[in-house]
Parts: sequence; structure tokens; C-alpha cells
Amino acid sequence: MTDLGTSPDEVQFRFRDDEPADHGTVTVDACCDQTNATAVRIEPGDDARALLPFLDRLAMVEVNFPTFGDGRGYSSARILREAGYTGELRAVGDVGIDQLSHMRRCGFDAFAPDKPLNVADAERAFATWDNVYQRTTDGRKTIQELRHE
Amino acid sequence: MYKYDSYDQAMVDARVDEFRDQARRRLDGSLTEDEFKPLRLMNGLYLQLHAYMLRVAIPYGTLNSVQMTALANIADKYDRGYGHFTTRQNLQYNWIKLEDAADILADLAKVEMHAIQTSGNCIRNISSDHFAGAAHDELVDPRPYAELLRQWSSFHPEFTYLPRKFKIAVIAAEKDRAAMRLHDIGIQIVEKDGEIGAAFYVGGGMGRTPMIAPLIRDFVPLDQLITYAEACLRVYNRYGRRDNKYKARIKILVHELGKEEYKRQVEEEFAHMLEQGVEPPREELERIKPFFADPAFEDGAKSVDRSDPDFALWVDRNTHRHKHDSYVSAVISLKPVGGIPGDATGDQMRLMADLAKQYSFDELRIMHTQNVVLPHVKIADLHALWTALDAAGLGAPNMDSIEDMIACPGLDYCALANARSIPLAQRISERFDASGKTGKLGELKLKISGCINACGHHHAGHIGILGVDRKGVENYQLSLGGSEAEDVSLAKITGPGFTEDGVIEAVETVTDVYLAKREGEERFLDTYRRIGMAPFKEALYD
Repeated sequence: MTDLGTSPDEVQFRFRDDEPADHGTVTVDACCDQTNATAVRIEPGDDARALLPFLDRLAMVEVNFPTFGDGRGYSSARILREAGYTGELRAVGDVGIDQLSHMRRCGFDAFAPDKPLNVADAERAFATWDNVYQRTTDGRKTIQELRHE
Repeated sequence: MYKYDSYDQAMVDARVDEFRDQARRRLDGSLTEDEFKPLRLMNGLYLQLHAYMLRVAIPYGTLNSVQMTALANIADKYDRGYGHFTTRQNLQYNWIKLEDAADILADLAKVEMHAIQTSGNCIRNISSDHFAGAAHDELVDPRPYAELLRQWSSFHPEFTYLPRKFKIAVIAAEKDRAAMRLHDIGIQIVEKDGEIGAAFYVGGGMGRTPMIAPLIRDFVPLDQLITYAEACLRVYNRYGRRDNKYKARIKILVHELGKEEYKRQVEEEFAHMLEQGVEPPREELERIKPFFADPAFEDGAKSVDRSDPDFALWVDRNTHRHKHDSYVSAVISLKPVGGIPGDATGDQMRLMADLAKQYSFDELRIMHTQNVVLPHVKIADLHALWTALDAAGLGAPNMDSIEDMIACPGLDYCALANARSIPLAQRISERFDASGKTGKLGELKLKISGCINACGHHHAGHIGILGVDRKGVENYQLSLGGSEAEDVSLAKITGPGFTEDGVIEAVETVTDVYLAKREGEERFLDTYRRIGMAPFKEALYD
């Protein structure tokens, strides 16, 4: 994990080695219309599947959480990863300590919270679960799989 | 019953640590109450009228004597010496201090228990048939499937911030003892062409807008059970309404989309999910099943000595036919005359734990009707069991009678309530016991809610009572004809509401109509369905 700083507009935690995309994001609708966009922002009401034809050219997808209680972005993230998207998947907005581990499991690999988070608390949060019950695209073996190895 | 392995234990222990950290951040001010609220709710901690309330999960209502004893000890140590069993087969403590909450969770974790996901907009504790594994009429024991779902739903990363809470029940008998079709997802384990699978009913619920779940798929193969559930949830998480808390349950989505369109979306997502390989390995179900294997039943007496009429009455009312003919399931009523429905003291819990150990292979169940079951009691032991229960005030012979009412905590505890439920329940049981009418009425399910959120299941009562606030005065609406069972139906309001005294009279009146009109062996509900609302209305309002 890289702590990239604490400016609210910037990515605070990033789990990737490539260079962060520095392009501005466009909306999902704009992304579908304009062929050169490489960074897009998904709002809770957007259908992440609308992006599936364009995944090859996307380097960064931002998923906005206007309030942390709106969990649609978790499904958006998983849908993109399930479709094979490998670029940066960034959670932005009302992202708190207690959402980090679940977001990570759903495929987010960059985090730009509105309010900078305490780094020690965040590190603890990312490491909350030694093992997990559900299969996602994060590559972790589930507890049920480990039991029957 | 199920035993944690090191993985399960580690999950629960990690949660205790996580919550301790969250409580620390709340107590030191780094979390605001707004920020802390969803976190404490995810651990079953509510802020009620007078104190914090902690809801402890009892997965599919099954627990052993060590766990019941731990619940008793927590009641004594951290609460006021009692706990309240709920309609979702859980236990609530009403007088908890935030400072103690993490220690309580740690005490629970020591006996493989927790308060995970007993509140919040996530998948709640999975409920089931309280006679599972004991009933004579079940296809299979539904609990292995409930356990599989428990694991899948615990800390599900995608479904922790759903539009609203999400309740799942699993049964495996035609007789529905778990209000299955009044859940967000009701699963019935069924057999088709010699194969076992799951029927999915989706979009039921009570609350302000009660709905009976329609059948979405009649047969999901068992090795796709979790995948299908995941598809149902994903469609809901993406498209369930979030603009209005009161329209956010999945029943509204299914209703607004229509059953066919919801099903189409689920099937599409299901086809996609099948490719993702989210289903646990089949061996996992085979690992879980032996935990629920039959205990070593022995042949013995098949009938009781009925010379003591009090005992005979209790046997008739409070025991349920077992799959082994030398056993029954015995219901311990938490509805003593004039008592608080579902409450048990620490001492009573310890006694029930001891009796479970002595007479029921160390197993207890919590019923959604807020009673406790000893699932496997030798018929030969019934008299000794009843004697011990009766001495402790736990021998009320009133299962499924009007005295066995469900009542929510109401305005005595709950921050949402408009009216009191408990005193009404107490007065009705005292009155019907004193007049001796309870026995004449037979099966009569009375359910009382103190507000429209319907925690007391009033929509599903043969007789339902809903407390409302009318210009600052408690007022009670009466409804008739509901059922949570396999003959599920929603109750209809009789007409204008009543005062507290008035609604008690009204219950008396409608039961008089029933006694006057019933034919043969009809229950109250059957008579109502045959003759309709009019005769009751006439007696109530003319």
C-alpha cells in the first residue's frame, strides 16, 4: 500500500505499481459517446455495464460514493472486475475507515476519501480479515475452499 | 449442532477487535454519532429510549446449553437480569452501556456467538423452522442450508450497504413455522424428480407495506443455492430504491418491477454469476451436514400418564410431534399469564440450559413466537421436565393460544413506537386466563405491534393489533384474518381504532362472534375466512 498524501482531492491509498492516471474523468454517458476518454466516473445510479464495450481503453474508473451508506458502487466495482477490467478502480467521496476492507474485496485498488483518513486506522482496516467467506475477484481463496484443500 | 472451526472463530474474534476499535473511536470523539451509528448497528447495538439495546444473533434459532448459560450470565452482569427473545429468533438486552458493549461481544465470542449483522442495512441473521431436525413432517433438516447462507452472508463485501435491511428464512416442510413468505427471501427446500433443491420466494415482508413473497423460482439446484441468492441480492443492491427509506425494501422493488421482470433480471444476473464461480465447493455442504445429524435416539415410552390434568393439558398444548415416536419437541412458554412476552430472567435461562442438557441432547431453539423449544425430549421424561418448568414459572400451557401472543417491545422501550404493546399483552392474557376462554378458543394467533413498522407481526395475526398515536393519545387498530403460516394471508383492518380498554373489549367481542359462528373444528381464522369481515364489524361497531 502506498500512502500518497492527504489532500482531499487526491488518492490517499493506492495498491498499484503503475503511474496514476492524471486525466480528468468524464461521465458514463460521455464515455460511451466519445471514443478517446480514458478515465470515467461512475455515479451510484449509473449502470457499470454500459462501460463494458470500452474497458480496453479505460485506464481509470472512479466510483463515487456521495454517502457511504449508498452501496451501489460495490456492485459497480465487482461488475467491472468480473468483466476483466484491470485498470485502476478508485473509490472517491464519502469513504471511511470501515468501508475500506469491503471495498478492497470488491476490486477497488485506489482510495480518494473526501476526508483524509488516519493512516494507522486505515492499515488496520485493510488487514481486518485474515480469511473470507465469499468468492470475489480479489483472488483470495475462500474459507470454504481452504477447508477442502 | 454446528461447531465453529478456527476460521469461523477467527472471523468473530476479528469482529470483536474491530468493534472495540470503533467504540474507542466513538468514545474518544474521533467518530461522530452519525458516523458511529451504522457501525454499531452492524453489531446489533441500537440507541433506544432509555439505553443502548444489544441484539445477539442466534443463527437459525439453534443454541446449546453453554450458549444459553452465557446469555444468562450477560443478562446478570451487564443488564438488569433478563433478556428478551425476539420474533427473529434472537435475544435482545435492553439496558446496555456503550462502554461494556465490546466486552459483551468478547464474552459472546467465547461461546461461538456474536451480534454481527443483527441490525443495519445488511443481510440479517438467517432464521428457520424452530422444529428443524426434529419435526415429523420435514423433507430434510433445513439448517445446513441456513448455515451455508450464514457463512456467505457474514461480512459480504458487496451487500453491507443495501438499500435496507434484508431477512432470509429457510424451511424444509410444507408447514411453514418460520413466516417464510413474509421475508425478503424465503427459501423452501423442496424435492423435484428425486432431487433436493430450493424454491425461492422473494419480496415478502411486513412493516408499513406488508407483502407476501411471490415464487420467483420453483427449483434452484443445491449446488447453485448461493449463486442464486447472490443474483437476487445484486439486482436488489443495484436497483432497490434509495430515495425513500420506507420504499427501500426488496418487496417494493419486486412489486414495482413486477415479479416477471424482477425474475428476468435475476436470471440474467444468475447466468453471469454462474460463470464467476461464487458457489462454495460442494464438499462444504457435506462438511456442514454431519453437525446436524440426529442424536442417538432411543426407543421408549410412546405415551404419558395423564392422571395429572395440569400436566396432560401442557402435553396437549405445548408438545409437537417428533420424527422419532418416543420423543416430542417441548415448547417452553415465555408467555406466563400477565408476563412480558419473550422475556426470560437469567435464572430462567440457566434453568432452560440445564434442562436442555439433561433432557434434550444439549439443544435449545428459539421460536419466532418468542418461546423456547427443547427439540428432542423423551416422552418418558416429559413429566420430570414439566415439573421443573412449572416450578420456575415456565410451564404455561398456552402454545398457539390467545395467551401466546407476539408483542413488540413497544413504547416501554422502543424509540420508534407510538403506543405500548406490553401492557396490552399482559392485560389480555390475564383476562382470557381468568375467564377460562383461552382453552375454548383453541389456536388463535394474536400479534401486537406498537407502531406501523410491525415488529409484532400484526399483519400476520389471526387477530392483529396495531398501536398508533392519535393526537397524542395511544389508539389501537384491530385487524383480522392474517396468517404467517403456509396458509399465509394479510390481516384486514376492522374499522376505526379503539382506546386501550376498548381494544381489549374488541378482542373479547370478535372471539365471541367466532364462538357463536364456528362450525366443527374450525379455528378462528377458518371461521373468519368462511364468514368474512361483516359479522365481526357488525358486532364491533353497531
